[in-house]
This record gives sequence, C-alpha cells and structure tokens, in this order.
Amino acid sequence: MWLTRPLRERSTQLFLGVLFAALAVVTLLHLTMPEDSPFYVSSFTVTLMGKYLCYALLAVAVDLVWGYLGILSLGHGAFFALGGYAMGMYLMRQIGDRGTYGDPILPDFMVFLNWQELPWFWHGFDMAWFAFLMVILAPGLLALVFGFLAFRSRVTGVYLSIITQALTFALMLAFFRNEMGFGGNNGLTDFRDLLGFNLRTDATRLGLFIASGIALAIGYLICRGIVTSKLGRVSVACRDAEARARFLGYRVERVQLFVFVVSAMIAGVAGALYVPQVGIINPSEFSPIFSIEIVVWVALGGRATLYGAVIGAILVNYAKTVFTGVMPDAWLFLLGGLFVLVTVFLPRGIAGLLASRRKKQDEPTDTDSDTGKEATA
Amino acid sequence: MSLFEEFANRDRVFEFLTPVESPVDVRHGPILYLEDVNVSFDGFKAINNLNLTIDDGELRCIIGPNGAGKTTMMDIITGKTAPDTGSVWFGSRHNLLRMNEPEIASLGIGRKFQKPTVFEALTVFENLELAMATDKRIIPTLRAIMRPEYRERIDEVLETIGLKDLRDNLAGILSHGQKQWLEIGMLLMQKPRLLLVDEPVAGMTEQEMERTAELLTSLAGKQSVVVVEHDMGFVRSIARKVTVLHQGSVLAEGSMDQVSNDPEVIKVYLGEEA
Repeated sequence: MWLTRPLRERSTQLFLGVLFAALAVVTLLHLTMPEDSPFYVSSFTVTLMGKYLCYALLAVAVDLVWGYLGILSLGHGAFFALGGYAMGMYLMRQIGDRGTYGDPILPDFMVFLNWQELPWFWHGFDMAWFAFLMVILAPGLLALVFGFLAFRSRVTGVYLSIITQALTFALMLAFFRNEMGFGGNNGLTDFRDLLGFNLRTDATRLGLFIASGIALAIGYLICRGIVTSKLGRVSVACRDAEARARFLGYRVERVQLFVFVVSAMIAGVAGALYVPQVGIINPSEFSPIFSIEIVVWVALGGRATLYGAVIGAILVNYAKTVFTGVMPDAWLFLLGGLFVLVTVFLPRGIAGLLASRRKKQDEPTDTDSDTGKEATA
Repeated sequence: MSLFEEFANRDRVFEFLTPVESPVDVRHGPILYLEDVNVSFDGFKAINNLNLTIDDGELRCIIGPNGAGKTTMMDIITGKTAPDTGSVWFGSRHNLLRMNEPEIASLGIGRKFQKPTVFEALTVFENLELAMATDKRIIPTLRAIMRPEYRERIDEVLETIGLKDLRDNLAGILSHGQKQWLEIGMLLMQKPRLLLVDEPVAGMTEQEMERTAELLTSLAGKQSVVVVEHDMGFVRSIARKVTVLHQGSVLAEGSMDQVSNDPEVIKVYLGEEA
C-alpha cells in the first residue's frame, strides 16, 4: 500500500525513530524528574515544543507542494489558520456558561456585540466530531476551490505565489471585521477544556504535545507515501516539464489540485493542534508575513526532503524563541540574514549539507572495502 | 424521430455520453487526415489550406524552410493549437478538433518536442515508467505498483533505444543524443499509433544521427512516424515519402528524388542544399 511503503525506507525509519525517541525522552523527563533537577522539563517547555511540532507539520505540508510540485505557496498560513479557527470555535462552544457574561450558548464576544443568536456557521461546533471534521474540510474546501480556478487557468510560478499571498491577506482583512462572527481582531481565546480535559493542567499540555508529535508522524508518512508513489514521480514531472507530462496523458491540473488539497488539510490539522497549546487564535495567523516565514523554514531546512522542512521549522523557531527573548529588535534582521546566507552558501539547505556529508563518509568506506577485497584475494 | 422521443428512448446511451474509447479505425488506409486547415496568428497565416494524409504504418518526412508551418501543424494535431477552419481526423472515427491534449495523447498520438524534454530529476527507468500506457488518473497513479510485465515492457524499450546500461542514472546527466532517444523511448512506452517527431537530430553527432536513423526506420511499420527535419542528409537516409511545406501549405509530395528535382522546391530552397 502506498501509505505503508515509506515504512520500509531507512530515512523514514530514522525520522520516526528520532521523533518518537524525542517524545518519549521529553515525556519521561517531565514526569519523573524533580522540579529542581537540571534535567526537568517544565510544562512551559513541553507546550513550547508542542508548538514547534505543529510548525514542523505545517512546514512538511508546504514542502510537499513547493518541493515536489514546484508550487511556491505564500499563503499556507491561511489553511493553518482556518484549521485553527475550526478548533477555536469548538473550544469556544465548550466554555458554555463559564464565560464572563455567563451566556450558555453565545460566546463572550457575541454577547458583547449584542448579538441575539448564534450565526448559522457556528452551529454544530459544540460537537467534537463535527469540529474535527471541519478542521480538515474547511482548509481542504478553500484549497479545492482556489486550486481548481488557479490550476485550470494554468496559473503557475510567481503569479500563483502572488495570488496565494493575496488570498491570505484578503482572509486576514475579512477575519478582522467583527461582523464576520469570528471575534474580530481579538480572535477566539479564554479556552477552558478540550474533550473534557482541562487545558490548563500539565497532563493535558503533555497530551497535546504527544498528539502533535503523532500528528507530525502521520502527516510525514502521508506526504512521504505520496512522494514515493508513482504519483510523487508524476508531481516531480509536472514540476520540471509540465508540457511533457501533459503530452504523456497526465492531467497536470488534477495532480496539482490533489496534492495542494492534501497539503492544505495537513496544514489545517497543524493549526488545530496549535490553537489549544497557545490558547488563542486571531487574524494575525493569516498575515502574509507568517506565510512567508514558513517558506523560509522550508528553504533553510532544505526543499524536497520533507525531513529538512521539519529540521528547518524547529531550528528557526527555537532561534526565534531565544533571540526574541535576548534582542527582540534584532530577530527579523537575523532571520533575513540567515535566509540570505543559506540561499547563497547552502542552496539545498541543512538537509543538503547532511546529504553531501553522508556521501563523503560513504566514499572512503567504499575504497576501504575494495582494498580489503584485494588484500584477501 | 422527434427530439422528445430521442431523449425518452432509454435503451441506449446518448451519443455525447458514450466515452470515446473505440479503437482507431484505419480500415480505409489513412491514420491521419488533415483537410483545408487554416490558422492565422494576428493576421499572419501560419497554415494555409493544408491538406495532408498519412497512411497507417508509414514513415513520412516533412521538410520546409523556417516558418513553413511545420511546428504549428504538430501543435494542431496534438491539440495545443485550435485551427480557425478545417478538419483533422485520426483514423476515420476520431475528430481530433473535439479533444484536448491528454485525450489525444491517450488515443495514441505521441509527440517529441524539438528541444529534448525529459524529466531530469528522475532516472531513465522512472522516465519510462511515467510514460507507460496505464491508468493516468490520480488515485490509480497513487496506488500504482511496479508489476513484472511493466518491468519487462520498460526493459524492452530500454533495449530498443540502447540505454539499458544507464537505466538507473538520472536523466539530467544524459548527453543530448541520449536524451533524444530517451524521449523517443517515452513515446514508445505509450504504445502510440502515430509518432510525431520534431527535429530529432538537431545538435547530434554523426554517429548519433546514424543510430537515430536506425531507430526511426525500425519503428515504422509497427506505428506511423512523422518526422519534421531540417537536415537533408538525414531525411535522405530515412525517407520513403517526403512532403515539402511552404508558407503553410503543401508544395510538393513524393519520393526524395522526385521532390528534390521539383522546380518549385528548388526555388523555395534556393541557395540551400536540396
């Protein structure tokens, strides 16, 4: 089966091994170490790492379309945010009458705006299954409609990138409006519990961290399954020689649409896991800058490798956490500088550096075994 | 029969709903038939009342000076360009003007571009795998597995195009000539009825040209081959029948000797070796 095929690959085994080992170590250190031990991992750190894992999943989704399909999406933040809003709406409905105004149905911001009843699109979000379905369907549907129009008209390259920017920018402006019914510029916040678990307890935070890790593993497997299948090779074919692929009989626009929609759904799941961990979702997640940042993570980590995207997302966000703490004003300059340096000196990113180093290590061993054979002969 | 009865008749499928899967009908001889085709770009007549018939299994060379409409003709046949007027038939059953590029490709018309276009980031083997005549829809492609008979078919084509030793190399490292052969191999994987080959020997060395001539002549008979070429020496070495295009219409047609003695052709090619 296409989904299990990557499990036989060494690179996937290595990736999943490292990921699950990291999850296990963090969990163990968090649960067993005394709080004053230098090895203790605080609840704050666990949530921070859970956030990185969500970003990593988002980066994998972007790498799928950029690396393998050649579509530079500068609007993937929109799918991430839509997934986040779907989760946020569920969490808002879970608050019930514990809000400041104590209305059993209406979230606080609606009471504040003097709304009498729930807008139609808020119905159903009190049910977890429906909300979780929307986490996948809402970004998927947007990607389907957007992709259908764009790919059918054969819009590619820079033009497509610009339209994706416009898409996320337009959504940001729309979500800023109070009348949209998504909480305006304050967004959705003050969440209490998820599936009955109190979001403010350490156990739930740990659970969300582990769930993010598992989601990353599944998302990685899905993407890896696609890129190692024949469809993955067709994607690369569409990326490098679209006309040739078309003359071979492939519906290029359908290949693009399929992969784009899958990628948007994965981005939506990443957003949904992100929101309960940071405790808020607001229109700033739609901002064009955020979508560009995602692309920088992928470029830094290395395109068309998937694991490179994970490395890039975690490293850049770790650096962001450190540097915005030490020198908040310098961060954007540093990020820009890093991007320039990597583009000039490491065009294939960190993953490219790892791959070429592995090659170098392999070569001497080859000659070693040759001389060994000669010696025995 | 009134229109209502036509629609009320439920024991058959409406004509426009029946899939165009029926095999190419070549009982009457020609596999490709162009009649009175006209195309103009911004007032410039690229194709001017073009009439052309290719028989099943034929190897036909098409020559003509720059701007004679050779590439435009290929574009029309493969569905890339729509003509202003005229009709284009594949066999006597398929109207190519009503189909798009992938449909025409899956019908059995393979096209080789002027510039070799292979998928450079994939291996020679993978290039041929993608070209194979299989279900090209999304989900079947996602779930596709490499069957032994597919592998055999790919090995067969690798043998034909002489790239057996390079099967696991990336197509990007192949020489110019090898890329051209790989592309012809990709066309063969589609089991085409008709091969359109645009300037196959441009930029090739003498030996590569010889190999290409051998390859193309060996293909004729099993499938129809249309070669568009500038190189007269090469055309002479493979051609049985030659069509000369000039200003978008057929100037002369016949064997290479007939054509090269035609006074009209000599006038058009004045100063060129013909």
